[in-house]
Amino acid sequence: MTAATAQDQTMTQTWQPLCTKADLVAHSGVAAWTETPEGPVQVAVFYLPGQATELFAVDHHDPFSDANVIARGIVGDIQGEPVVASPIYKQHFRLKDGQCVEDEAVRLRCWPLRFDGERVLIDLG
Amino acid sequence: MTTPTPQDLIIIGNGMVGHHLVEQLVERGSVDHFRITVFGEERHPAYDRVHLSEYFSGRDAADLALGEADFYATHDITLRLGEAVSRIDRENREVVTDQGRYRYDSLVLATGSYPFVPPIPGAETGQPNRLVYRTLDDLDTIRAAATDARRGVVVGGGLLGLEAANALKSLELEAHVVEFAPRLMPVQLDDQGGTALREKIEELGVGVHLNRATTEITAGDDYRYRMTFQDGEYLETDLIVFSAGIRPQDTLARECRLEIGERGGIVIDDECRTSDPEIFAIGECALWDNRIFGLVAPGYTMARCAADALSGPFRGPEPAGERFAGADMSTKLKLLGVDVGSIGDAHGTTDGAISYRYSDEATCVYRRLVVSGDGKRVIGAVLVGDNASYDTLLQYAQNGIALPADPASLILPSVEGAPTLGADALPEGATICSCHNVTKGKICETIDAGACDLGAIKSETKASTGCGGCTALLKSVVDHELEARGVEVDHSICEHFTHTRQELYSIVRVEGIKTFSELIEKHGASSTPSLGSSSAPKLGSSSAPILGCDICKPAVASILASCFNEPITDAAHVPLQDTNDTFMANMQKNGTYSVVPRIPGGEITPSKLRVLGEVGEKYGLYTKITGGQRVDLFGARLEQLPDIWSELIAEGFETGHAYGKSLRTVKSCVGSTWCRYGVQDSVGMAIYLENRYKGLRSPHKIKFAVSGCTRECAEAQSKDVGVIATENGWNLYVCGNGGMRPRHGELFATDLDDEALIRTIDRFLMFYVRTADRLQRTSVWRENLEGGLDYLKDVVIDDSLGLGEELESQMRHVIGSYECEWANALDDPEKLKRFRSFVNDSRPDPDIIVTEERGQLRPA
Ligand code: SRM
Ligand SMILES: Cc1cc2nc3c(=O)[nH]c(=O)nc-3n(C[C@H](O)[C@H](O)[C@H](O)COP(=O)(O)OP(=O)(O)OC[C@H]3O[C@@H](n4cnc5c(N)ncnc54)[C@H](O)[C@@H]3O)c2cc1C
Ligand code: SF4
Ligand code: FES
Repeated sequence: MTAATAQDQTMTQTWQPLCTKADLVAHSGVAAWTETPEGPVQVAVFYLPGQATELFAVDHHDPFSDANVIARGIVGDIQGEPVVASPIYKQHFRLKDGQCVEDEAVRLRCWPLRFDGERVLIDLG
Repeated sequence: MTTPTPQDLIIIGNGMVGHHLVEQLVERGSVDHFRITVFGEERHPAYDRVHLSEYFSGRDAADLALGEADFYATHDITLRLGEAVSRIDRENREVVTDQGRYRYDSLVLATGSYPFVPPIPGAETGQPNRLVYRTLDDLDTIRAAATDARRGVVVGGGLLGLEAANALKSLELEAHVVEFAPRLMPVQLDDQGGTALREKIEELGVGVHLNRATTEITAGDDYRYRMTFQDGEYLETDLIVFSAGIRPQDTLARECRLEIGERGGIVIDDECRTSDPEIFAIGECALWDNRIFGLVAPGYTMARCAADALSGPFRGPEPAGERFAGADMSTKLKLLGVDVGSIGDAHGTTDGAISYRYSDEATCVYRRLVVSGDGKRVIGAVLVGDNASYDTLLQYAQNGIALPADPASLILPSVEGAPTLGADALPEGATICSCHNVTKGKICETIDAGACDLGAIKSETKASTGCGGCTALLKSVVDHELEARGVEVDHSICEHFTHTRQELYSIVRVEGIKTFSELIEKHGASSTPSLGSSSAPKLGSSSAPILGCDICKPAVASILASCFNEPITDAAHVPLQDTNDTFMANMQKNGTYSVVPRIPGGEITPSKLRVLGEVGEKYGLYTKITGGQRVDLFGARLEQLPDIWSELIAEGFETGHAYGKSLRTVKSCVGSTWCRYGVQDSVGMAIYLENRYKGLRSPHKIKFAVSGCTRECAEAQSKDVGVIATENGWNLYVCGNGGMRPRHGELFATDLDDEALIRTIDRFLMFYVRTADRLQRTSVWRENLEGGLDYLKDVVIDDSLGLGEELESQMRHVIGSYECEWANALDDPEKLKRFRSFVNDSRPDPDIIVTEERGQLRPA
């Protein structure tokens, strides 16, 4: 995993580099590891060029199948809200807050992302 | 205005009907006017006795419970379980238990019935062999008695006796049924029906002994007990369950001198009042018009009537309460896995009744239809071995629907054109669910009030939540009514396009649109602002583009591939694909993938077989022969797929499209090359066809098979395309299906030569690709095709639409542009980047855990 540079530390405490823009797949997802205060986490990163928010990160772990697969789901929208469909049992999760559309009680964690030049940063705060 | 002091209502019996009464009182809001106390002799709160037997197949007391656990508490109702009422003191209006005396203003007896045990020496009360089948505790006792037992006998061949026999079977005992009458289910069936049922049940390994009255039970030689019959014959067994009929539980009523029927049962009137107007009786303990009703639906009706009568004083003058008017005793059951149905006057005892009978001794199917003397109405029926016509016949009987010209057609095996009674033919008043008294009219009302799916209608009306016998009928009525209201008129593929798949297909072809983004830009439905949003309507195209979804994206991806056949992993197409197509492998439940190389026609050289073994071994893959004559390697991690495939491709394998909505396999039999009966080279033809159509993307998967002669070892008649060799060429079958709803393929053309066969298949497939709905197999497409098989023949064989050349040339284009998509991806480093489990770490996913079983790895 790439180590955070001193420059990032000074910029803010919580923005960490995650991967590069070239790692992303437009209109779809990839998975990445990140270190959170609670320990290592697999995140699913979605890149939607042209949308109001272009980058999203939610849990890669699918609570319904218990497999790490969310990044491999199809991205779409329900009534204009970007969602990802789990590739296993097809539940939809809202990208902006991780809320499962079919089950109110289920929500994926989510983290803000942004570009820094060619780098993708994640806010673990 | 003063609120009247609540009255004391006592209900004796917390069985199915007693519980239903409480629910009905709650529904009417009458609970506020009563202080309700319910006494239950059993220690369990009311449970579903109808499904009691499921206690032996995995359901426990909690699963069988009726209603929510806190239902009584929520409504301030006192439930005293394990406390039997021993006496009713009518003078003081009190009931007595061993714990005290309780006052009532109104009293309801819902004490049900008890199993009748014939007075046989050796089976007296208290004997350990005196088992019965009525309560959860009874079942526990039977289960305990079955330990170390080998054989079990049920005394009584009625409906409950056969159910008990099934329970003994499920406890792995050798089961026998001893019946006093000359046939099984004497009440519901006639002689022939009884015989058919007996044969079916004996086939299942259950011993049936008719005309046998047990005279004595003594200790046995080889088993615990010996049952001796009136003719001196005997049967030994370890366990005996008595199910020789039920008797109304009327002791309390008898002792306090309420009016009792000659053969038992508490006499009630239409309001369910006994001879003491403050005391009601409902359910199996009650006798109405000299009849006991041993089914749950009439009991529920009585509960409703009693609830109305009890609530009357608080309800105002209107509307009048429901009155019990008798009940239909028709039953539909599955006993030991055998369908049995009995409707109305099953024995044809009505004056002048005419019977029609159909009997198939080969499969032990028997149907009898009893028609009124004037030949106008169905008055009864007996069904054994197949209940498919039960719903229809019951509706004819209950609603007096006029018979078709040939009444026998109602019970003959369905042939083309046999009249079935569609949901639309039922009158408004037709009872759909008799347990909860739901009519077709009520269902329509519920739909009109906004319920728009089966689930909503079930929870609104309770239909189909009792015995469950009406499930199929309810669904067809609901579907039909929803359709009639145009609920399904919206054929839009999803919220992003107002088009059907067929419409999108022609747009793509006619306008030559080659990407999803172009299609959605030009033809997508603008995203509707969500309700309640205060934002102004969207103007122009300044808003964010619509993304599409997991329905339209793969559908459009498939259409684009059928038309232009560009690699699905190209940057423009890859975000549209389901995960399986994206990674060209099938995702398994733990997030790993399976790898299925193509093995055309199932023919493979030993050395290629060895390669599969080596690859499987090297990557630790679970290896299995599929149902499609090829090999599946399971458990590959995402990052392993490219390596695995480069090894396979180096050895001459190609992708098998096991993941795609495309041609899967062409199954073959060995054919004339080896088989002594084969008349054509079926393997050669299968390989040719598989190579011709591999990679064709279609609305759903397509399967073929080719057999070398009519013995049909390749099962071609169950495939989308089936080819069977003849002396003169090939017979072609189409639109068969295995899977969830098997369908026989239909003979489409006979004795075709190779060239005609291939031309016909080319056209058939392309016509399917053009016109089918998304995820519609050829079988379902064919069933929905207006004009049916004849129309399909006109278009494909006789070229009635003049499309033939176009369909063939489209197929030539797809075949000409075929490329193994795995080979294509392996050549492109950009595409391979996608096959990383994590973009910032090359270690495998630590959550994928495997364990060993039978010498191979599987998910832990
Ligand atoms: C691997 C295999 C089972 C096996 O171990 O034998 C299999 C496995 C799956 N089948 Fe199948 N089917 C397999 C042969 C069959 C057959 C037998 C045959 O082809 O002769 C049938 C019945 C024939 C038919 O389709 O008419 C069959 C009828 C289905 C159906 C029901 C289709 C239907 O129309 O009712 C589904 C579900 C669906 O497609 O919606 C299904 C779906 C599936 C899926 C894709 C379910 C899923 O989404 O995970 C399974 C994943 C395959 C994988 O991970 O590799 N599978 N499946 C067989 C692969 C054959 C092959 O070599 O490609
Ligand atoms: C195995 C089996 C399968 C069945 N299958 C079907 C079917 O498929 N379809 C169908 O319609 N019907 C079926 N039935 C019949 C159905 O279960 C009954 O019609 C229904 O349970 C009758 O309800 P009830 O409340 O009148 O009696 P019950 O459910 O028997 O309830 C009476 C309750 O009162 C209690 N009680 C009695 N005396 C006292 C007392 N003195 N003090 C306190 N409590 C007392 C009893 O302990 C009992 O719990 C089946 C029955 C059985 C046993
Ligand atoms: S279908 Fe006919 S030719 Fe093929 S294996 Fe069976 S018997 Fe032989
Ligand atoms: S008829 Fe029993 S649930 Fe409907």
